[in-house]
Amino acid sequence: MSDYNFAYLDEQTKRMIRRAILKGIAVPGYQVPFASREMPMPYGWGTGGVQVSAACLMPEDTLKVIDQGADDTTNAVSIRKFFEKTAEIAVTEKTREATVIQTRHRIPEEPLKEGQILVYQVPIPEPLRFLEPRETETRKMHALEEYGLMHVKLYEDIAKHGHIATSYAYPVKVEGHYVMDPSPIPKFDNPKMEMAAIQLFGAGREQRIYAVPPYTKVVSLDFEDHPFDPSKANHPCDLCGAEHTYLDEVIIDDDGGRMFVCSDTDYCAERQAMGHRGRLSPEAAE
Amino acid sequence: MPARQMSEQSLIGAFETPPQDAARAFRAALEALARPGTLHGIKGGQAPAPVSEAAASLLLTLCDPETPLCLMGAHDTREIRDWIAFQIGAPIVGPAKAMFALGTWDALQPVTVFPIGTAEYPDRSTTLIVEMEALSQDGAQLTGPGIETTASLSLPALEPFQMNAMLFPLGLDFYFTSGTQIAGLPRSTTVEAN
Repeated sequence: MSDYNFAYLDEQTKRMIRRAILKGIAVPGYQVPFASREMPMPYGWGTGGVQVSAACLMPEDTLKVIDQGADDTTNAVSIRKFFEKTAEIAVTEKTREATVIQTRHRIPEEPLKEGQILVYQVPIPEPLRFLEPRETETRKMHALEEYGLMHVKLYEDIAKHGHIATSYAYPVKVEGHYVMDPSPIPKFDNPKMEMAAIQLFGAGREQRIYAVPPYTKVVSLDFEDHPFDPSKANHPCDLCGAEHTYLDEVIIDDDGGRMFVCSDTDYCAERQAMGHRGRLSPEAAE
Repeated sequence: MPARQMSEQSLIGAFETPPQDAARAFRAALEALARPGTLHGIKGGQAPAPVSEAAASLLLTLCDPETPLCLMGAHDTREIRDWIAFQIGAPIVGPAKAMFALGTWDALQPVTVFPIGTAEYPDRSTTLIVEMEALSQDGAQLTGPGIETTASLSLPALEPFQMNAMLFPLGLDFYFTSGTQIAGLPRSTTVEAN
């Protein structure tokens, strides 16, 4: 028996978060205010995602936590341990075995299915915040669907760089109404947001929860003559040879040598186990 | 004046293991609302008749002293009020101030008196828990978020839900409960005759 209440939070807090999640589901893309609690980790480490996960988890769940696609980074490991200790639930690194997946800045490569919940950690939930600092104003802009400013921002990208330079946290329009920040996932992941799983977003410091129900229309903002491009590094994975995944660039020596590897460690490991090899795979290097 | 005695029934019917049972009940409620037209099992709460087990479990999962609750028709009895006072602590209010409302479809009429939220805070709207004789996956045709192609649900009416959907992003959200089954209908769902 754990010394904590199941999943750490007290029941009244969970009810408050659950009500916010349900209103978020009912109004896809709308940021529902909630009374975010202090969590035993600093802001910026996923306090919003952790609270949403805590409110969703049930004893039968299997939890996966990723940080930039990796299961074995500090943030992912400590959040996984946190719930192992406070909720005594099963954990996994396998995307397909997980029922709840908390993520920081990636969507797993393997398509998610019905019955799964993807919980995003969100730093700044308001997509208009850097264009308009006042909450009272951005709230009005959402109410009036006044998103011209966001298009101006994307246009200025084109004017300056010749293309839309925004490469992560790329704004999306949800179900034809709210413009939403998909959290700092690479724009490569944006097309995956129309998925079979439930997507929940938690911003702890900013005290907002929002959601995208399954099969909801999620359109990345663009222009007719500059259509959205979910670009990726023009390179296969150096470990598993995948040409269709999002890659991390890793510096491997002092001479500027570099390698590209799948950011989704579970997906890459599974491909390697299936016999796929890349340029720098141990066997190939010998 | 002697204090009125609470019925003994109000002291029973909570979740056996509240954190775990509420977590399971919430997941049923989440899946139900996120996938309109699907039916889910939700159990563990027992309120005085005629409150269904599904509705009692939903109230225990979502309501507390911070959520004004409106009881309508046959669901507004002294026994049920006592049960809610002891188990949940939600203030009982009229429709205009309700965050949640409980009753049969007929008793909840007209639904237009419940808050639908404001343009800046569309979440400040009532969630209606509609007690049903039975639930089935036929009847009105549903499309919208949470539905891959189309879905069907035995709604008690058509027009009020169509009017509600037209208010999007404002509007009411609905749960339908019967026995230990629950289905959801958020304001984002488009409802058509089948």
